[in-house]
Amino acid sequence: MTTTTSFAARATQVAARATDLSKVYGQGETQVVALDHVSVDFGQGEFTAIMGPSGSGKSTLMHCVAGLDSFSGGSVRIGDTELSTLKDKQLTKLRRDKIGFIFQAFNLLPTLTALENITLPMDIAGRKPNKQWLEQVISMVGLAGRLSHRPTELSGGQQQRVAVARALASQPEIIFGDEPTGNLDSRSGAEVLGFLRNSVRELGQTVVMVTHDPVAASYADRVIFLADGRIVDEMLQPTADGVLDRMKHFDAKGRTS
Amino acid sequence: MFRTALRNVLAHKARLLMTVLAVMLGVAFVSGTLVFTDTFGSAYKNKSAKSFDHVSVAIKPDGGSRDDGQEAKQPDRLTDSLLTRAGKLPGATSALGSVSGFTALADKDGKLVGGEWGTTGANYFPGKDGKDPRYDFAEGAAPKSAGDIALDSRTADRTGYKVGDTVRYSTDGPVKTAKVSGIFDTDDGSVVAGGSLVVFDNDTARKVLGKSEYDEIDVKAAAGTSETALKGAVEKILPKDTEAETGASLKDEQDRMIEQNTSSMSQVLLIFAGIALFVGIFIIANTFTMLVAQRTKELALMRAVGASRRQVTRSVLIEAFIVGLVAAVAGFALGIGVAVGLESLMNAGGASLPDGPLVIGPTTIVTALIIGVVVTMLAAWLPGRRAAKIPPVAAMNSVHASPTMRGLVVRNTIGSLLVALGAVMLFMEDNYVKSGGAATILVGVIVLTPLLSRPFIAGSGPLLKPFGVTGKLARLNSVRNPRRTASTASALMIGLTLITAMTVVAVSMGSAINKMATDSLKADYAVSMANFQPLTPKVHDKLAELPEVEASSALRTTWGEADGRDTRVSGVDPKSFDKLVGLDFTSGSAAALKGDSALVDKETADAKGLKAGDTVTVKFDDDKTTRLKVAGVYKPNEMIDGLFTPTPIVTPHLSKVQDQQVLLKMKDGASGKAEDAIVKALGDNPAIKIQDKDDISNEVGGAINMLLNMLYGLLAMAILVAVLGVINTLAMSVFERKHEIGMLRAIGLDRAKIKQMVRLESVVISLFGAVLGVGLGLFLGWVAGDSISGTVSTYSMEVPVGRILIFLAIAGVVGVLAAVWPARSAARLNPLQAIKSE
Repeated sequence: MTTTTSFAARATQVAARATDLSKVYGQGETQVVALDHVSVDFGQGEFTAIMGPSGSGKSTLMHCVAGLDSFSGGSVRIGDTELSTLKDKQLTKLRRDKIGFIFQAFNLLPTLTALENITLPMDIAGRKPNKQWLEQVISMVGLAGRLSHRPTELSGGQQQRVAVARALASQPEIIFGDEPTGNLDSRSGAEVLGFLRNSVRELGQTVVMVTHDPVAASYADRVIFLADGRIVDEMLQPTADGVLDRMKHFDAKGRTS
Repeated sequence: MFRTALRNVLAHKARLLMTVLAVMLGVAFVSGTLVFTDTFGSAYKNKSAKSFDHVSVAIKPDGGSRDDGQEAKQPDRLTDSLLTRAGKLPGATSALGSVSGFTALADKDGKLVGGEWGTTGANYFPGKDGKDPRYDFAEGAAPKSAGDIALDSRTADRTGYKVGDTVRYSTDGPVKTAKVSGIFDTDDGSVVAGGSLVVFDNDTARKVLGKSEYDEIDVKAAAGTSETALKGAVEKILPKDTEAETGASLKDEQDRMIEQNTSSMSQVLLIFAGIALFVGIFIIANTFTMLVAQRTKELALMRAVGASRRQVTRSVLIEAFIVGLVAAVAGFALGIGVAVGLESLMNAGGASLPDGPLVIGPTTIVTALIIGVVVTMLAAWLPGRRAAKIPPVAAMNSVHASPTMRGLVVRNTIGSLLVALGAVMLFMEDNYVKSGGAATILVGVIVLTPLLSRPFIAGSGPLLKPFGVTGKLARLNSVRNPRRTASTASALMIGLTLITAMTVVAVSMGSAINKMATDSLKADYAVSMANFQPLTPKVHDKLAELPEVEASSALRTTWGEADGRDTRVSGVDPKSFDKLVGLDFTSGSAAALKGDSALVDKETADAKGLKAGDTVTVKFDDDKTTRLKVAGVYKPNEMIDGLFTPTPIVTPHLSKVQDQQVLLKMKDGASGKAEDAIVKALGDNPAIKIQDKDDISNEVGGAINMLLNMLYGLLAMAILVAVLGVINTLAMSVFERKHEIGMLRAIGLDRAKIKQMVRLESVVISLFGAVLGVGLGLFLGWVAGDSISGTVSTYSMEVPVGRILIFLAIAGVVGVLAAVWPARSAARLNPLQAIKSE
């Protein structure tokens, strides 16, 4: 684990932090605890994967940290900004300026070309994209020849690459991915994950990704495991097999308990 | 099948809401019209039936009454002696003679009561019991002597006159005064219709109305004598040129007339209801297209498990049937409200309709239901067919079949052909073919709207630029589904096309008339009788003496033949004629009108090959002829035509010397003071109408404006339905783009911007419809003007720029308002819910 030290050194700077984060649906008898006092840091320039069985709260955790969902208790910080006090308008602005998103269902606008989709967050903000950066991102995801195509003219893998480029283009402080490879075949999935990892290694981007695929998780620097709304384990420098083992362990535990 | 359809309807309640509303409004309009006209007609019939209670047999002059006084004298027919004889016939209990005629009653301000035609004077004919069955006195007593007058109660209300007041009235010339002896209620037809009636005692009535005999003698049958038997008896004593009719047949005749009037009124209203329903079809088709598209998988599954195409189409049609039925029932209920509303609206407008219970005929109910159901099913038919074409394999595919381009190619070809056909028809001579051409072009443009939407919306780009990314997204979203955008815009287009075309024609017409009045009339005032009857020559004599008058001439108009061609011949004062009338001469001049000469209109001159210096032979009504030198040939218009010749040439040929009009030129032009002087000189006579140029053009222009406002009101319904369509389309767009909107929210578009995006899309669609509508309307106005200018010489098309800008502004506002609800629901979308994969 030689990389751990350098990684730990970088991790001193925190991109996002959840402290004592709780999320409760319903009341009384029907109360469901989705997040049970979760505390976690996402370090800058770190690629984190969140894993866990269905209903473990992994998506909820990401949504709360990304400012998409409200939470019942605790606090969430993106950089220096505390999310719990923000109104919808400020939250929207925060997502626009500091956060990038990659979704499972691509979520591109079919009316816009690939390039227009990539620059959409900046267009919304009324900012001019950094041209050099934009070119770098586009060449990294290999979309240079397809910029004027519309999403319907692109394959699923290409569409998700557009989504990755969109997330990267505005140089956000942190990118959240919600099962970004869930709808892709394994080759396209590997490509997309490769881009995400490269963006962390080469561009110093921070990425947090929810996934249920051990292979996808193996691309990350760190995997945190959730079960029943709690962080139950963590793995640094994961491998697919290691993650799979760990998951099996949880599944067995879940079944016996 | 039925259960599936019913479930589907219930599952999509919210999305069917606008469709139901659209159909409901159309059906409400139709059933409201039918209920209103039925109610109105029956109340009218009941009321007027009472006015025949006292009539078993009526004796009338054959071939109408003669009250114009211009005809040669004929032997008396409906005399007092006939009346006495008729009353004493076996089987008759009494006979009543009636006279009536124009009577100008002045209100407290000296103005004419009841408009130009409204005031009728009649006689009080006391029967054996001393009472006239036609009039029922609520206050005071019946008129007994020459100084007495009685008013109907509504006229009394309107003017504020009470028993004992002195009123001024005039029948043909001088102003007379009388004391109000009583106020009565009556079932008289003219009063029921909203006119006003005054009653004199029998002798006075006959004197002031100038009747040497009765207009009608009504004989009442004794108990046990049938109307037909009495008619037989009456026929034996009938003088020449008179006829007898039973009360029943008079009543039938009256009923027929009322029916005719109400049915023509309901036809006009139904046309507009039809327009509203037609507009509604676009909304229904849109909704069902969307419902089918959303259910592609479901329908494909049905096909996969063995449902036939026909069954799929039928399931969509059953859904339409349910929706149509619900909407029709609701619309019918609303229609009853509309009928009540129409009645009070008309009463508020001064029409004072007779009271009566609401009449809801079975045909109204059936019509309402059938229309609602048929229109909805008709509109859903195409989407239903499209649903049937979904291949079973679509159940396995996640991809929606996008609207094929081929469909649009076929559509564009059909549209282009229709427009071309319409354009060719426009160049035909026949007016029916021409208007058919205009309609064909309208339909063609509706078919072509999807094609037109692209360039239009692309053109709106610069306007949307200031809105940044939301403007761009709005623009792109509105061309995303060209068919839907097109049918939404078409709905708005239809209403605006009609409104614009009518406005163009009305405004052009108004200014044509204005131009006619200002150009052809140099006189400051035209004086005539309020009921268009002739004036006595004394009017001109009096006015000519006024110190304020610079020039004056009477128009002593009669009919004659110029070289055998029927024409109006007007005697004028040759010295002042040129100062009073501005004519456009093709040869000669008004100044040449001296002695035995005449000015001839161009039509007559052309027909008879006359020009200045020729001689024309004029034959008058008394069969005498005069040869006149043609002093000039002028271009006639709708206000001035016929021959003009010095008065002394016309006068000897008249049985009764009367003037049609007196034209006045004042020394200091038209002014309140000048008008006062004229009014005073004529003894403040309510029967005489004094009009300046504005009054003359307003007389026609006012009527045009009123008509235009009524049409605006009726077309507002179509616009309202179109607005529902815009709301519907936006709601559908928002629903379909839930995921996109959620994504936009996630990556940083705030609520206000989302709202703005929906709003801009709405405005773009509305303006697209409005611009198309205004454009087509201008075109149709131009086409219509082409045929109008053939009949109205001064007509030239005017583009009412101000009003058109108002229409466009209204369309913009409509867009913003229609977006309120869809925009709000779009902004409320939870980004998390929206981006969740299915």
